[in-house]
Amino acid sequence: MRSFLKFVSVNLKLYLREPITAFFTLGFPIMLVLIFGAMYGNQPTPLFGGYGSMDVSMPGYTALILGSVGFMTVAMNTSSFRDMGILRRFRATPLRPLTYILADVTANLVMTLLGMVGLVLVGWLLYRVRFEGQPVSVILAVIFSGLAMFAVGYVIASLAPTARAAQVISMVVFYPMMFLSGAGIPLEIMPPTIRRIADFLPLTYVVKLLRGLWFGETWGDHLLEVAVLGGILVVCTALAARLFRWE
Amino acid sequence: MTAAITVDGLRKAYGDVLAVDSIAFEVREGEIFGMVGSNGAGKTTTIECIEGLRNSDSGTVRVLGMNPQQDGYALRERIGVQLQESALPARLKVWEVLDLFAALYRRAVDWRPLLEQLGLAEKSNAAFGKLSGGQKQRLFIALALLNDPELVFLDELTTGLDPQARRAMWDLVRSIRQRGKTVFLTTHYMEEAERLCDRVAIMDHGQIVALDTPEALIRSLGIEKRLVFTLPPGQATPSLAGLPQVSRVEQAGERLTVYGHGERFVSAVVYALEDAGVPFLDLRTEQPNLEDVFLALTGREMRD
Repeated sequence: MRSFLKFVSVNLKLYLREPITAFFTLGFPIMLVLIFGAMYGNQPTPLFGGYGSMDVSMPGYTALILGSVGFMTVAMNTSSFRDMGILRRFRATPLRPLTYILADVTANLVMTLLGMVGLVLVGWLLYRVRFEGQPVSVILAVIFSGLAMFAVGYVIASLAPTARAAQVISMVVFYPMMFLSGAGIPLEIMPPTIRRIADFLPLTYVVKLLRGLWFGETWGDHLLEVAVLGGILVVCTALAARLFRWE
Repeated sequence: MTAAITVDGLRKAYGDVLAVDSIAFEVREGEIFGMVGSNGAGKTTTIECIEGLRNSDSGTVRVLGMNPQQDGYALRERIGVQLQESALPARLKVWEVLDLFAALYRRAVDWRPLLEQLGLAEKSNAAFGKLSGGQKQRLFIALALLNDPELVFLDELTTGLDPQARRAMWDLVRSIRQRGKTVFLTTHYMEEAERLCDRVAIMDHGQIVALDTPEALIRSLGIEKRLVFTLPPGQATPSLAGLPQVSRVEQAGERLTVYGHGERFVSAVVYALEDAGVPFLDLRTEQPNLEDVFLALTGREMRD
């Protein structure tokens, strides 16, 4: 337990000391609010079912944070630590791999939730964004989706032969997903072809689930999303458990 | 005598290359045991198989009575490990590193005096990435001692250290042994093995070619000691060949080389010269060392 808590605190410190990851998790979503908010405002529109552009962007940008942390941060940090020989040094101690991974996941979840809070705060201050869901439900959904995205990140880290390869893979996978899944830009604005592609992207289901719960829909309304994300979580966790290497 | 480490028939190949070729040896409790050889001889593979970080292809290894593969977690509570190649998150501070690793063990010493002992107290708040090579090395050694282990593994302990730091490290290793711990180290510095180790295993191409105390290994060569000095111009050559410790004398101009053996060799010759009133200049003694042993056993000089 002591080692778990220590690792969580060390991971958080390292997160905040690394400008790039801190920016992507905390700063980038706020930047999107400022830019797109200035462009589109938050007037209710039938396009978004009576909600404003910023209203629907809140869950979207949250999904963005989850995706960037899961696909990029988890994948890149884990594989670079492995390449540098850091994981190997840990392996020479009584540390259990599970403790390390749980601490890593926990620290990432904390950063994600912090990012979400910052995002919603700015959105509320500037555009009085609306929230009509159950807070507990939404937070649970964020954690659930987060775990699924992190699991994919660990699989990328386990499969990529080097840290550089992991970086390339995660960026190639994540950047298009950012725009095509409805996270960065609401799907309502996209042409039908894009919307069909979106159905094949994991992040799309995160966006749909979070958006639904954000505006008062129930878990029952989103069983498809839960099933897809649950499936991703289970399969990727099993894969990562088998493939994870300390060196 | 209890064996801290027992290795039998250890074998490890990487593809076609046989890195460790069925070696067997024992490390006794409380001794400093050195595995010596050039890079690529199989030392790191051996030490990492013993630590449990690598799987051997065959053979048995017992460390403190445990199997490093099966009882890895329990074993790692009781051993300290300094790896040859290792790194830590660059932005983590020195004290944070020690604080973190201390939490990984059931029992850890207070790391503050440990930092002092290793000369890192001033760098406590420095980021790991900003440390010099030697400072990083010392931090890794601190990590190896943090859990007050019974058995310490040191892989290429003084590589990258300047001579002063190297001597300080030797003193540290001796003090570890003085506290009753066992040390298993690998090195390619013959002088280090000779000065530091109670027993030495010389490894070459995956095999142990010799295993004994440094003194015994050197003595087994039968190489003679040499005393070399210069006579002032015009000085008559003293007769030394009659001394029991002396086997022969060679002269080149004013430079004399006296060959002999025995513990009293040097003093016998010097007393004889003093007695005869012969002034000598630039006196130098040469005696065989582990380098000579390595050369004799492998036909090669130790290459870094």
